[in-house]
Amino acid sequence: MIEFILRRLLVALPVLLLVSVISATIMELVPGDPAALIAGQSASDIEIAKVREQLGLNRPFVARLADWYVALARGDLGNSILLNRPVTQAIAERVPVSLALSGFALLLTVAIGLPCGVIAAVYANTWIDQAVLTFALIGVSVPNFWLGLMLIVLFGVMLNWLPAGGYVPFADDPVGWVKCLILPGVSLALLQVGLLARITRATMLEVLQQDYVRTARAKGLPVAMVVGKHALKNVMVPVITVIGISFGLLLSGSVVIETVYSIPGMGRLLANAVFGRDYPLIQGGLVVTAAVLVLLNIVVDVLYAVVDPRVKYGRS
Amino acid sequence: MAGAESALAPDEPAIAAERPPALWRRLGKHRLFMTGAVIFGFMLVLAIFADLIQILPPEKMQVRLRFKSPDFPYPLGTDNYGRDIWSRLVHGARLSLAIGFAVALVTGIAGTLIGVVAGYFRRFDGPLMRLMDALMAFPAILLALAIAAALGPSAINAVIALAAVYTPRTARIVRSTVLVVREMDYVQAAKACGARDLWIVWRHVLPNSMAPLLVQLTFIFAYAILAEAVLSFLGVGPPPPAPTWGSMIAEGKDYLREAPHICLFPGMAVALTCLGINLLGDGLRDVLDPRLRVQIG
Repeated sequence: MIEFILRRLLVALPVLLLVSVISATIMELVPGDPAALIAGQSASDIEIAKVREQLGLNRPFVARLADWYVALARGDLGNSILLNRPVTQAIAERVPVSLALSGFALLLTVAIGLPCGVIAAVYANTWIDQAVLTFALIGVSVPNFWLGLMLIVLFGVMLNWLPAGGYVPFADDPVGWVKCLILPGVSLALLQVGLLARITRATMLEVLQQDYVRTARAKGLPVAMVVGKHALKNVMVPVITVIGISFGLLLSGSVVIETVYSIPGMGRLLANAVFGRDYPLIQGGLVVTAAVLVLLNIVVDVLYAVVDPRVKYGRS
Repeated sequence: MAGAESALAPDEPAIAAERPPALWRRLGKHRLFMTGAVIFGFMLVLAIFADLIQILPPEKMQVRLRFKSPDFPYPLGTDNYGRDIWSRLVHGARLSLAIGFAVALVTGIAGTLIGVVAGYFRRFDGPLMRLMDALMAFPAILLALAIAAALGPSAINAVIALAAVYTPRTARIVRSTVLVVREMDYVQAAKACGARDLWIVWRHVLPNSMAPLLVQLTFIFAYAILAEAVLSFLGVGPPPPAPTWGSMIAEGKDYLREAPHICLFPGMAVALTCLGINLLGDGLRDVLDPRLRVQIG
């Protein structure tokens, strides 16, 4: 197992190298002079030259990238132009917020999506099944940021039950913290709930046709027992896959949801970096999020082996 | 508790010797596919005839008629500039569908090229797929946002950004199909007959890899419409005053309290369009990929 993890990490290295090259290339996409664009329209030639110097734009692309790697080896991702502070600091500050939001959304996803999928499979082709499938389909079709706005109108403005935005740290006010996370969490989770319910249902249907399920039913075990104990275990593999995918989707979704709800997380930080053309922050943020996703994929692969003893990683 | 049993009986009528009916007839019998076709067809009609069914030109501002609630003569109300929301909505349908379709088309072509090259000409497999892995390692919206913002806000740049995000996923699917098809007897037979690789790819590999690609592209069409709405909402889609659904929602978000209808209708349009396309995709998958038909009823 340890050998497997090490090997996966080794394979991840070239991917991460490419990730950093792609992130760095994005600035090369800017038509014209990026320094002039970053400095703004009213900037003088001296100011533009200063930005160019600061970003190292007067040096070739490869040299800039090499510098970036040398700094990275020291754990330094450079300085944010907008925030005027180290990129690592800005990111480290925002990560817990985004983790709280994503974690909450993931919790909702599993708590709603998994039971919905199981129930739909057990009652396949009945109205319950149809209802779950319809809900799942709506979940993958509704734009999450729009749902977020509509929830603000309903619960924040009309009913005045929950805050319409903002964020309170857990340490300051635990109840306020939960209240702040409910609406954005629901908006973020809806898509994943739909995906998870559909996958769980499809896999469960397959598992329910297996001989061991028939045997368990034949020897008189109640349906709930068979589904909950025999079948559910075998549904876990695809469920873990979806949960792995979900984290990527949640990070993606958090860009717009954090903007809608004014939550100071990674998503909003990077969205603002993109609009402010804060390239050190964009590059650092892209590489960090991509690295997190790559590591998560490895964790998911390890979890397969934990959940399903038939999965063995080793020399083949 | 008769539930578990109902799941255990996939009663497919045996159609042993008969040829399966034509694709479009099987699709015609698929209820969900037809529902999707009706919804999508409706949005398509709105988009095509936008100029005829508009009440006012979509960019026409009327200062005295700002924030009108849905009523005669503006059935969906007016926005913060006094522009008719219905007219903007139907023109937005044109933009959204065009961008979504363009993304699916570009993704289909690029994904097929990369997937076939990686799957059939194995020398290129490693490097190409590592590049695809790297592109897929980014959160999708974040990468699209960064590319679109770097290139500058426009419809074409939104298409480029979204195609860059969805091509790797498509290439991976094409590659995995090609890997199966290339081992088929008919490909081996063609090789034994001395056929050239490009001819085999064109004549045998491509046609036999189309089904999963088509299904995937349908879903990408829907994703792209959602993602374009996000980009426009964040301000890197087609620049104002272009009536994109995303930018309409963005303009309405500052007036949620007084005039929630500005946000309401464009969001519903996005959801309805994606719902229709997702239904089409589900139907296509059921019909084209019978392996999945039993599972996903």
